[in-house]
Amino acid sequence: MGEIITYPAFWIVAALSIGIPVVFLAGARFLAVRLAGRSQGAAAAAAEGIVITVPRVRSPWKVLRDLVLIGVMATGTAIILVRFMFGLGAVTNLSDRFPLGFWIGFDVMSGVALAAGGFVMAATVHIFRIHRFEPLVRPAILTAFLGYLLVIAALLVDLGRPYNVWRPLVHWQYHSVLWEVGVCVATYTTVLFFEFLPVILERVNRIEAITKRLPTVAFYRWLKKVSIVFIILGVVLSTLHQSSLGSLWVIVPQKLHPLWYSLYLPVFFWMSAVAVGFAMTIVESNLSSRAFKRGLEQPLLAELGQIASVVLAVYLVARVADITARGAWPRAFEPTLQAASFWVEMIAGVVVPIILFAVPSLRRNPKVLFAGASLVVAFGVALNRLNVSWIGLLSYTGNIYSPSWMELVVTVTLLGFGVLAFYLAAKYLPVFPEEGAHKAQE
Amino acid sequence: MDDLEKARISRRDFLKSLGLGAAAAAAASVLPGAAAQAAEETAGATWGMLVDLTRCTGCNSCALACKEANGLPQIPGKVPTALDADTYTFVEAFQVANLRGEIVTRYVKRQCMHCLEAACVSACPAAAMHSSGEGPIIYRASRCLGCRYCEVACPFGIPRFNWDNSITPKINKCWMCYERLKEGEEPACVSACPTGAIRFGRREDLLVQAHARIASHPDRYIDHVLGESEVGGTSVLYLSDVPFDRLGFPANLPQVAPPKQTEKILYKLPYVIFGMAAFMTGTALYTHRKPAATVPVEADAATETPDKEA
Ligand code: SF4
Ligand code: SF4
Repeated sequence: MGEIITYPAFWIVAALSIGIPVVFLAGARFLAVRLAGRSQGAAAAAAEGIVITVPRVRSPWKVLRDLVLIGVMATGTAIILVRFMFGLGAVTNLSDRFPLGFWIGFDVMSGVALAAGGFVMAATVHIFRIHRFEPLVRPAILTAFLGYLLVIAALLVDLGRPYNVWRPLVHWQYHSVLWEVGVCVATYTTVLFFEFLPVILERVNRIEAITKRLPTVAFYRWLKKVSIVFIILGVVLSTLHQSSLGSLWVIVPQKLHPLWYSLYLPVFFWMSAVAVGFAMTIVESNLSSRAFKRGLEQPLLAELGQIASVVLAVYLVARVADITARGAWPRAFEPTLQAASFWVEMIAGVVVPIILFAVPSLRRNPKVLFAGASLVVAFGVALNRLNVSWIGLLSYTGNIYSPSWMELVVTVTLLGFGVLAFYLAAKYLPVFPEEGAHKAQE
Repeated sequence: MDDLEKARISRRDFLKSLGLGAAAAAAASVLPGAAAQAAEETAGATWGMLVDLTRCTGCNSCALACKEANGLPQIPGKVPTALDADTYTFVEAFQVANLRGEIVTRYVKRQCMHCLEAACVSACPAAAMHSSGEGPIIYRASRCLGCRYCEVACPFGIPRFNWDNSITPKINKCWMCYERLKEGEEPACVSACPTGAIRFGRREDLLVQAHARIASHPDRYIDHVLGESEVGGTSVLYLSDVPFDRLGFPANLPQVAPPKQTEKILYKLPYVIFGMAAFMTGTALYTHRKPAATVPVEADAATETPDKEA
């Protein structure tokens, strides 16, 4: 450590790691003030609630919390820079015997799954035309869009040669699952951008259209007209890569623990992604309702829970049938880490949520509903992805990998940037329903 | 399972029928699995190496020649003891019981097995891992993303990554001296071996040789050529007098090539794409059939002034 202080690079890293979050925050603030200022002239400005409020005295706890967050994020940014100066070995616990770790297992695999709300909700409302869920679509698409951006960011940190990330788009490799995942993620992120673009355009148009008609207005109308094409494309692409993230592990029959290894991994990944699409919408609504002191679309969310319970039940039956057919049950009763992790995943992440969502009196209670959805997110899906990509492989490799603290801090940092971006977008763009409908509930 | 299998077989028949026409070449490069199938059919014509463990004395000439030929950094006076980013092959020593229960020392030269249907090639999203079509599996760094999925996929745990390289790490592994092969030479390790424990030649011939050696010395060899059928066959073959699982070879190696498993699934995807697209489009058309009555007029953002609460 003493020696490292003499490197000029150290000081560059230090400056950048404080600089990048600060510039990010300052930029966001600047944009926010500017947007708010420009819309001031518009008739609606006063009612919009985006006028920056007079700074008030903040509680010391909040100041402390913010300082800790900024500290973590600055550290994370520094670690990312160290990774690009000294290599992956300098910050991760990865090795040739365990080459893909937490960034792939959690940031990428769980990240993609938890962003499934975008395609699930878009399909529910715009394809199945269940219109009462309309208010939940935009936040879900925003969550998905930011989620995919985070996945890509994590991938760029994890890839050894990130400047070659475009190559799968050019060298088509039909036989490679990873190729298919890469192409689908790239395309779907673009599709999500177009699904979210109307929200941005509405803001732009509202500010400018008072004085002049912009080409963006025509573009907006056109986008709205063809939106169904993007939504269908989004469902197809999501189905492909959500499932293919499971197929990634089909090539290692001798390495992955039999409680998870199955030729039907892609089917299970897809089913659990659909279920978590609903669950994540419930979680995200709850969190944003707290952050923005909005009302909660509780009856709608309860209904989502009900749908999720059906999907989860089908998923549960399929998993049980698969394990039975492969005769892998004895492996679930061995005193191993894998067996324990399996039971936590299935009981806490699947069985309990099914009960919480299926019993009407339970799911009508907002707290129970939120708890059930959180269980699906944390155990049913995030733990499942980690089991497949990490815990389940340890039975073959031996206990040779667990994430380093630096890997974890980077994950938290990326998440932090994502939450911040969501907060800013939700605050300054028409993401949430704008009618006073939910006021009555407050 | 059954229909997965059927889909694959019908696809193959379809390809075979295409094989007559000029479209064959195009189809082979476009349709998944076609290339693998071609590899299977020409497997006999690929280059290979036969390592006879009973003849190896552990002199390490091969490992040092490999370093020399590939310009890999060496530690003076030391022989490599593991595969790493600077070591494509090394000789591992084992004190093991042979079939008669005697404790003997055996040396195992380790390197990439050059699988006929290589998992690393199938896994690579950018064709950086590449089958030369003549046996050697070669790596092309300029295309590599550094995703390390080839390391996950390899059933023998061969590829090595430069973990301490910041921005131009490579995957490192034996490439059967493909450059030398093209110039009509043997791989460097084969030329360097003083006891003839490593033989180079057409895989087909090597297999015949291997079985001939087993047949003439049934008391010396165990009746198994490692690499003949493991993971669908490998270009590097081993003969031994000690069971292979005592010599550090991975246990429970699948007999089918791992890419076969993923192909079963990838072949399904066109159906998934068209099925899903058709179902979603159909549903959308159905639900949109009465636009005026059921679809609320989309608010026009240009004129709309929503009253967001303060
Ligand atoms: S042994 Fe591993 S690295 Fe070598 S060809 Fe086979 S899969 Fe690829
Ligand atoms: S690390 Fe390179 S060679 Fe290996 S699979 Fe990824 S892109 Fe291909």
